[in-house]
Amino acid sequence: MVMLVVAFVSFSLFNFVGDPINNMVGEETSDEERAELRETLGLMDPIHVQFTRFIINVSKGEFGISYQLRRPVSELIIERLPATIELVLISALIALVSGTLLGVYTGIKRKGFLSDFILAVSLLGVSLPTFVIGILFIYLFAVILGVLPSFGRGEVVDLGFWSTGFLTISGLKAIILPSVTLSLFQMTYIIRLVRAEMMEILQTDYIKFARARGINEKSINYKHALKNGLIPVITIAGINIGTLIAFSIITETVFQWPGMGFLFIQAVQFVDIPIMSAYLVFIAFVFVMINFIVDILYYFIDPRIRVRGDSASG
Amino acid sequence: MDDKGLTIWDKIKDSEIYFSFIKSPTAIVSSILLAIIFFCSFFVEFITPYNPFDPSSLSLMDAFTPPSWTSEGKVEFLLGTDGQGRDMLSTILYGSRISLIVGFSAILFSLILGVGLGLTAGFFGGKYEMIVMRLTDVQLTVPSILMALLVDGIARGIISRELHDEMAIYVLIFAIGISEWPQFARVSRAATLVEKNKDYVSASIIIGVSNFIVIFKHILPNIMRPVLVIGTIGLALAIIAEATLSFLGVGVPPTTPSLGTLIRLGNDFLFSGEWWITFFPAIFLVILAFSINLLGDWMRDTLNPKLKK
Amino acid sequence: MKYGYFIKILLAFFLAFAPTQTFAKTIKWSMQGDSLTLDPHAQNEGPTTQVSRQVYEALVTRGLDMKIGPQLATEWRTQGPNTWIFKLREDVKFSDGTPLTSEDVVFSILRAKQRTSDFKEYISTVSGVKAVNDYTVEITTSKPNPILLNQLSNIFIMSKKWCQENFAIAPQNWDAGQETIAATKALGTGPFRITLREPNTKTVFKKNMHWWGEMKDKKVTEINLLPIKNAATRVAALLSGEIDVVTDVPVQDLARIKNSPAHKVESTAQMRTIFLGMDQGADKLRTGNTGDNPFKKKAVRQALYQAIDIEAIKKKVMRGLSEPAGIITFPGVNGYTKELDKRLPYDVAAAKKLLADAGYPNGFEVELRCPNDRYVNDEAICTAVVGMLGKIGVKVNLFAQTKSKHFKELKDNQGDFYMLGWGVPTLDSHYVFHYLYESGASWNRVNFSNSDVDAAIRVMEGEVNLDKRNAAIAEAWKIVKDDISYLPLHHQVISWAAKKDVNVPIRPNNEPLFRFASFD
Repeated sequence: MVMLVVAFVSFSLFNFVGDPINNMVGEETSDEERAELRETLGLMDPIHVQFTRFIINVSKGEFGISYQLRRPVSELIIERLPATIELVLISALIALVSGTLLGVYTGIKRKGFLSDFILAVSLLGVSLPTFVIGILFIYLFAVILGVLPSFGRGEVVDLGFWSTGFLTISGLKAIILPSVTLSLFQMTYIIRLVRAEMMEILQTDYIKFARARGINEKSINYKHALKNGLIPVITIAGINIGTLIAFSIITETVFQWPGMGFLFIQAVQFVDIPIMSAYLVFIAFVFVMINFIVDILYYFIDPRIRVRGDSASG
Repeated sequence: MDDKGLTIWDKIKDSEIYFSFIKSPTAIVSSILLAIIFFCSFFVEFITPYNPFDPSSLSLMDAFTPPSWTSEGKVEFLLGTDGQGRDMLSTILYGSRISLIVGFSAILFSLILGVGLGLTAGFFGGKYEMIVMRLTDVQLTVPSILMALLVDGIARGIISRELHDEMAIYVLIFAIGISEWPQFARVSRAATLVEKNKDYVSASIIIGVSNFIVIFKHILPNIMRPVLVIGTIGLALAIIAEATLSFLGVGVPPTTPSLGTLIRLGNDFLFSGEWWITFFPAIFLVILAFSINLLGDWMRDTLNPKLKK
Repeated sequence: MKYGYFIKILLAFFLAFAPTQTFAKTIKWSMQGDSLTLDPHAQNEGPTTQVSRQVYEALVTRGLDMKIGPQLATEWRTQGPNTWIFKLREDVKFSDGTPLTSEDVVFSILRAKQRTSDFKEYISTVSGVKAVNDYTVEITTSKPNPILLNQLSNIFIMSKKWCQENFAIAPQNWDAGQETIAATKALGTGPFRITLREPNTKTVFKKNMHWWGEMKDKKVTEINLLPIKNAATRVAALLSGEIDVVTDVPVQDLARIKNSPAHKVESTAQMRTIFLGMDQGADKLRTGNTGDNPFKKKAVRQALYQAIDIEAIKKKVMRGLSEPAGIITFPGVNGYTKELDKRLPYDVAAAKKLLADAGYPNGFEVELRCPNDRYVNDEAICTAVVGMLGKIGVKVNLFAQTKSKHFKELKDNQGDFYMLGWGVPTLDSHYVFHYLYESGASWNRVNFSNSDVDAAIRVMEGEVNLDKRNAAIAEAWKIVKDDISYLPLHHQVISWAAKKDVNVPIRPNNEPLFRFASFD
């Protein structure tokens, strides 16, 4: 359903934002050639026929030809998909692991120099725009220190369906700066979330009760509190994958990472509608998938939902 | 309507808020900083003799003057000049005004939209509520920056080129505003649900006070606290979003640069030694966002009774 | 005994790998854009030709000194005014090992004349081409053509057999977004072949073992093209050692690169002049406020000219790397003289007076269209011009956009006042007049029209007597210079930066020839 709406939006994007022909041909093209092209592209058919064809094409993964690069959009997307996915996954991992760890720490040790420091830095992290961090990193690590590459993916190994940067040293080095840059904002977000959750849970009755029963602090903190504290993290992590994909647009632009975000931002500047609409459909697809997976994860982690589900089925 | 809400709210909470305000150094420092920034940005005409937006007043020969304390600096350009010979300090202040205007307008836009939808959803319930809440769910999963980029991209296609530069700022406000409203909607709906069932509200409804008045007089004041917190944090987000879009080259045009545009333009000179052209706008942006976040953080801690001991 | 065996293996290994170790060196090359297509006839555009030039060859070509010399043809002569005979090299093979014959040359020239070719205008005078024998080609033109060799140096020769096998008989239809094998693969006779092609990311050139020529340095065996769009990132990549040579360094970063002990910078005058055009044909400016077209008056054009402080632009915007220009052509082009290239003096008071006398004491308003990713600091130059014209009361609104949109809208006749740069690949003034000054010419967006100039252009095209021809060129330059049809700004200077030990000779047309590259 959501997909259909998105498909329609991107279809209208395609059709009502400017005349595709004008965007495609050069100035010397004669009117006859234009008409001929219009005919071959099926732009003379009625709207509903075009829309049906669009849906069929989209479900086959065909989005037409980029106005700017004159290559099939699906090919461009597939070419760049691995770069973005690898970047986003690594960033998500960094953000989740370090965010949760730091969040738990600051949640348990509410006072103390280190906690205050982490929190202050995390607040600064929220205030620092991604692109500023990226520029800073490039300047520091690539130009002044010269230890990490400033752009691109390094050597990639083509596995046929997937080109990966994980198998070469230069590929691994290349992903460090962009992924850390991309993860910082999410990390600070997760720190604050986990901290708040921990603080709230540690004040709940059942934790107090556990304390009263004499269960040791470690067990309380990590077994009882953390488990509950993780629930919102999973939701957030789900949304975050989406956010990371979106924010990868900025990171990819700053680091010239050959991913989809970089493609998209160039498309926006050029009003390259086929790429924009394909990206839109793709993102919608990713979100739908993520929501689906998060719902499933919920079921396993939150016993309340499971109980409810069981009673409903039983 | 807002004023009325504020006065009631002030009466009840003023003393307590004030008390915790003067006890928190971060709150004081950040609000002083913000006050200075706001003042300078909005009264920049009276502060600096330069108007960076008037190209005929510039002299290209002044371009790339370093900050005044360096050996090649000139006294009349405190923070140096950029590649067009614009005084950095006044350009930043003018730019920060644009950033602030966009940020505030965007937040106001999403506040009105979000609170409006949230209040009515909570109050009237039913299918309407379901639809609104479903919309917030969908909207929340779409990252703000992507939403803004899409809106901008579509606007580029629809709005004719002549109008685009003039419209850019409104498009930007809309693009950022449209992505922030669900937060407001959720909070105000939740608060409305709580308030609605309280006796005095039920009583008002029973005695026939119109829905309109009930919503604005009784419910609205009660949701001002969380809305204010979200609004403050949202303002920082909106300002950063604006800077990001402008940095990506899809925000405000370079003729009337915002902070993000300035950083983008200055970025070209980062490696050539003219660091001040990108450094000062960036630092200014960070200080601005950091101060707002600090204030928002303090507000959340103070105004959120859940976390208070 | 055992050890001896081991050492033998070791030695064998060493011998097998040692030479390749010292030989195999890769040059990593970066610039802003990438080739748009590998089909050598589909797009006549800078980076596209730069890439094709490493892989494909033409009958004749310009060497490092920019003079026309033999390439696939060893000698040529004219037979009457309209017939040319070319003798081909006999030892040329394509990178798949098949030999080049005159059939391939005939096929390629005809291919470049097809409708989908972007080079058809170059050889529009070629009316016939035929193979006399395996290594002789005869080309006939519809009228005497003094610049045929210039034009042929841009027509790359492909393999007929390969094109037939790969359904690439016609050039890729770029405008319709056609996909062909020739657009993603390349088979030429040149020094390199392309082994990997990831558009906008990476292109790998390996040495073509079948190439007939000699590389300057045998150590050069591989070139990687890694386009980086963002200028700052490109410089960072060079400074951090990830890139060996950058062929479009931002002028503001030259000083920093020069300071780096591991890098060097080379600059040379480029074959491109930057200028502003003012539409003198329209009755009313599309973006004006006076209801008429001030550009119709020569005094107004001169006022704008004299209000532009070109030295300030040179110093601040171009960091000294530009040559202020008086005409739209540069040293080295047939017809250029130092005398013509002198500018009117910068004089704000005179400009104001001219404007007032022309009836615009309060100036007027107009929009200036500019590309923002085509020429060196294009947008910054325009911004500077906006400020300078503001001082004489002309309120200019700047509209800068990406090059493809800028050029397209310019061709659609949408600009009142615009920036353009003009290169002269044929190194003959005719190229400038033909496109910029001839009545109704495709890039004559100022709508200049002068029957004397048009007549002179006819002479340039048909006259084989060089003295008469040059006199016509000089006459035409004088007319257009006096008329101030365009506002010339400067000749671009290009700069390449490279690691200290990597030598890629800089060329005024910004086209690297990696067969002349070497390592220290």
